[in-house]
Amino acid sequence: MNISESLNNDLFLVDLLKPLNYEPIRAGFGKGLLKAGYLNLNVVAACADLTESTQMHLFKEQFPDRFFEIGVAEQNLVTVGSGLAAVNKIPFVSSYAAFSPGRNWEQIRTTICLNDRPVKIVGSHAGVSVGPDGATHQMLEDIALMRVLPNMKVFAPADSIEAEKITLAMVLDNKPNYLRLAREKTPIITTEKTPFRIGQGYVLSKGSDISIFATGTMTAQALLASELLYKKGIDAEVVHLPTIKPLDQQTILESVKKTKIGLTVEEAQVNGGFGSAVAEVIAENYPVKLKRLGIYDRFGESGSPDQLIKFFQLDSQGIYEQVINFLGQHKHK
Amino acid sequence: MGKYSIEQLEIIANNIREDIISMLVEAGSGHSAGPLGLADIFTALYFDILNHDPKNPDWDERDILLLSNGHCVPVRYAAMAEAGYFKREELMTLRKFGSRLQGHPERLRLPGLENTSGPLGCGLSQAAGMALGLRLDKQNKRRIYVVLGDGEIDEGNIWEAAMLIPKYKLNSITAILDRNNIQIDGPTEEVMPLEELKHKWEAFNWHVIEIDGNNIEDIIDGLTMAQAIVEKPVIIIAHTIPGKGVDFMEKDFHWHGVPPNPEQAKLALKELRTLGGRIKSEHQ
Repeated sequence: MNISESLNNDLFLVDLLKPLNYEPIRAGFGKGLLKAGYLNLNVVAACADLTESTQMHLFKEQFPDRFFEIGVAEQNLVTVGSGLAAVNKIPFVSSYAAFSPGRNWEQIRTTICLNDRPVKIVGSHAGVSVGPDGATHQMLEDIALMRVLPNMKVFAPADSIEAEKITLAMVLDNKPNYLRLAREKTPIITTEKTPFRIGQGYVLSKGSDISIFATGTMTAQALLASELLYKKGIDAEVVHLPTIKPLDQQTILESVKKTKIGLTVEEAQVNGGFGSAVAEVIAENYPVKLKRLGIYDRFGESGSPDQLIKFFQLDSQGIYEQVINFLGQHKHK
Repeated sequence: MGKYSIEQLEIIANNIREDIISMLVEAGSGHSAGPLGLADIFTALYFDILNHDPKNPDWDERDILLLSNGHCVPVRYAAMAEAGYFKREELMTLRKFGSRLQGHPERLRLPGLENTSGPLGCGLSQAAGMALGLRLDKQNKRRIYVVLGDGEIDEGNIWEAAMLIPKYKLNSITAILDRNNIQIDGPTEEVMPLEELKHKWEAFNWHVIEIDGNNIEDIIDGLTMAQAIVEKPVIIIAHTIPGKGVDFMEKDFHWHGVPPNPEQAKLALKELRTLGGRIKSEHQ
């Protein structure tokens, strides 16, 4: 038995048994923004001295008049975004997530969310997989910070292809948005045909023994973990939630009603983050045992991305082992 | 010169001050000193300088007025009511449940507001974004005015914008700095010294004009001159008297964030009405 048999054919995922291609998720954003620039003349971009890192350079080179270099000034970055949106522009404003929304949360709250301006905040280099730069630059709190803001939508794509789709969807959404991106190369698991709709969760692989809810970089790892689980005879359902807010309650609940036990995976603080968001839905509607994987109330540190992901048990093997342990505690098969 | 004489504008400013006192005493909370000190500037803006239409607040050729120091919004509400954006009776709903006149301005609640503000330091950046966007759309005639408090410029965000605006030569922006020398904890020069203020802005590549911010003729001259300066963004340092028009409030920082009680309001209104009477009797 292998995972290919349980993959959801409607989603046109790649064949996980063949060697996977890798690309940084942020690269998909860069391509999406460039496309958006051609498709909509009101799309503009601004950056805080990290134009290539955040992949805005493609847009900047093609549309120099529509790109604004703000300098190392993240408070100004998002507030200028608020002004651009006020005159009918669709501004994408990018920096590292540690700085935006890390440093400018109040400006986002007041001038973008309360003021309801459709600014697209792009936080790159989120998660511990930033690697050697260390804890200062490994943003883990952004999901929690952004999802509590009224009017704000929060997205964490699984791969570069989905990041491109989300970027284009953000252009059409007349609301404040936050897009979470990662630095390192991430396995490509979706294809051009894979659907994306704001607010929609996707059952990537069907199963009945446990629901694994994943977002961002962790979705690929969860899917690979489910392959390992298969070999142990555990039939895991992997649900990908690229939209963290608004969360797809229906898909989450349908899954746990079937499996009666759930687990979340994110490359972020579980406190207040994605795991908490899923836990809220489950606790309020259909309480089942739930385990949250991610970072537990601590900061990251320097190391190679692989080392850190392993250390925090967020690679497929780590997820696999934690699922086994969790099931061992709570489900007798 | 616009359609109102200086004398008429002075009467309007006095009406606005009376409304501010009435609103604040009715609300039972709010800021007194700043709004009173800004009454002449808002009169000049709404009744002489701004290209706007109170009956069509979203008119797409209007000038944009951003109030960055949102706590001074009573003066804006009073000026808007006086200009015909809404009925004066509504002023008495300030800060009350269900009111369009929130304690700090919320754009989505009241047509004619251009931004939501209160947390300080954001107005110049928003102006920069607007100016960049309008330039792309070749809307070159629309001007953007930003009213800033002097205590407000303690905020680092202000200086980030102060660098950006000259970089992109966003010269359709005119900042008006309410230099009333007070903030909540005391005189600005004690809380966080701002001087040499003029030189600071000049060093950031702004053209600085200094005016008497309680003299309507001076205000209009300054704002008109700002329109003629095309090579740099302009900041007008408007020296105002906090609490202007009400003797016991003037120049006293304790009035920054509190309203008058009913007795004090009675005194204040009496003083403003007498002054109004004097202006009327002198010029009619």
